[in-house]
Amino acid sequence: MRARFLASEVGIGLRRNLTLTVAVVVTVAISLALLGVGLLANSQVTVMKDYWYDKIEVSVFLCGSLSESPSCASGPVTADQRDAIQADLKALPVVATVYYESQAQAYTRFKERFKGSAISTNVTQDQLPESFRVKLKDPKQFAVVQSAFAGRPGVDSVQDQRAVLEKFFSLIGVLRDGALAIGLISVLTAALLISNTLRIAAFNRRRETGVMRLVGASSFSIQLPFILEGVIASIIGWAIATGLLAALKSLVDHRIAPLLTFTKFFGWSAVWQASAFLFITGFLVSSIASLLTLRKYLRV
Amino acid sequence: MIRLENVSKTYPRQERAALDNVTLEVAKGEFVFLVGQSGSGKSTFLRLLLKEEPPTTGTIYVAGKELNSLSHWKVPELRRQIGTVFQDFRLLPNKTVTENVAFAMHVLGASVKEIKRAVPDVLELVGLEGYGDRRPNQLSGGEQQRVAIARAFVNQPIILIADEPTGNLDPTTSVGIMKLLDRINRTGTTVVMATHDSGIVDQMRKRVIELDAGVVVRDQVRGVYGYSG
Repeated sequence: MRARFLASEVGIGLRRNLTLTVAVVVTVAISLALLGVGLLANSQVTVMKDYWYDKIEVSVFLCGSLSESPSCASGPVTADQRDAIQADLKALPVVATVYYESQAQAYTRFKERFKGSAISTNVTQDQLPESFRVKLKDPKQFAVVQSAFAGRPGVDSVQDQRAVLEKFFSLIGVLRDGALAIGLISVLTAALLISNTLRIAAFNRRRETGVMRLVGASSFSIQLPFILEGVIASIIGWAIATGLLAALKSLVDHRIAPLLTFTKFFGWSAVWQASAFLFITGFLVSSIASLLTLRKYLRV
Repeated sequence: MIRLENVSKTYPRQERAALDNVTLEVAKGEFVFLVGQSGSGKSTFLRLLLKEEPPTTGTIYVAGKELNSLSHWKVPELRRQIGTVFQDFRLLPNKTVTENVAFAMHVLGASVKEIKRAVPDVLELVGLEGYGDRRPNQLSGGEQQRVAIARAFVNQPIILIADEPTGNLDPTTSVGIMKLLDRINRTGTTVVMATHDSGIVDQMRKRVIELDAGVVVRDQVRGVYGYSG
């Protein structure tokens, strides 16, 4: 079958079945876009982990006048205790750098962060604890520091900033899993719709396929126009899905990024990667659905 | 060209055989009428030749191929050597006469150049020159059947199978169709035609094979439709 004749047959098929073709295009577009959102949420988590794990620290708060934990029973930390803690921290192999923050520095930082808020006027310098800010070589090794220093005399508490971030990540993770799950279900819906559309197309064109069979067209050339119709509709749907993801990316860049300056967002490469993955998914799903349907409804 | 050896066909869940131990041979270039009442096995016979279905037992040779061992993907090759015409024409209603005939060439991968050369020739052969741009619903039954014959013949099959080709046509028109089939037969094409039309069979005086309940009860050179008329 020559390309031009094939193209005209496919064109006739798509036009004759226009409403269903549109339905397939829209369903494929939505389902692939949802899958794409899932993939982008995933790259967002990766980007944020890379960005934040470089910056997060473990804070070892020292006993102050207000500390209530049992290890602070003997009062505020002494200079000897402080020096010993600092030396021990630096000796830990998982520790990259140690930085001491005095009560005065903590107070300055506090005033800066809560500038203009009523709380900054009510807090005095001696209410804020002094601390060691510890950067780890691997931020996941928090437990080592925790077990070595929590409960030690002069240490009030050991806090991991990662714990706060993890909550945020798990929120994005839920978003990602939800988008992926709904996306997968919609992809399944799209496959069923493609299958049903082709069944109707095969029925509508039973005269043509009957003639093709009789004059000895191969089963491949009988099925090819149908498969192409499914695949072309899917490719149009994929193009729309990619457009939606690109729109999401530009929305993030222009509307969301200026508001949330504390983090980085996924780049365009993540969008193109997701798009490539969606193309493969759409192509496979539509061609497999087509082949299975035609084997059943297009006897050759 | 066509040879059946002890061919029987029994359909599932049916007691009586549709074809019962049929052995016969049709030589190249022959014109054969296949007659018999409805249900006598004519259609089954034709379907077996096209490998629409396999025989229950026996061996069939068509155009030099043994059909039982012919693999599924080689069946199209067999069908390219056989043209087929039906009582109900089976034309594509939204295509013109030319497009209907060209369709049979297109789906086999013929080039536009080949198609442009072959289609007018075959339309002239069937007596439809100048009808190329009409659609099937603008044609009489006889003209539609001519288009169907043109479509069956345009790929130059060596066998033409016609299943009641005059079944929907009036006697005068039928004569025209028979003249056309005769002309095609004279080009060397083997023609096998199943029919109920006694007038035509009696007039043509070709070989007649009569089936009754799946059994060949008569195989007569230059035969007539039936002794009982």
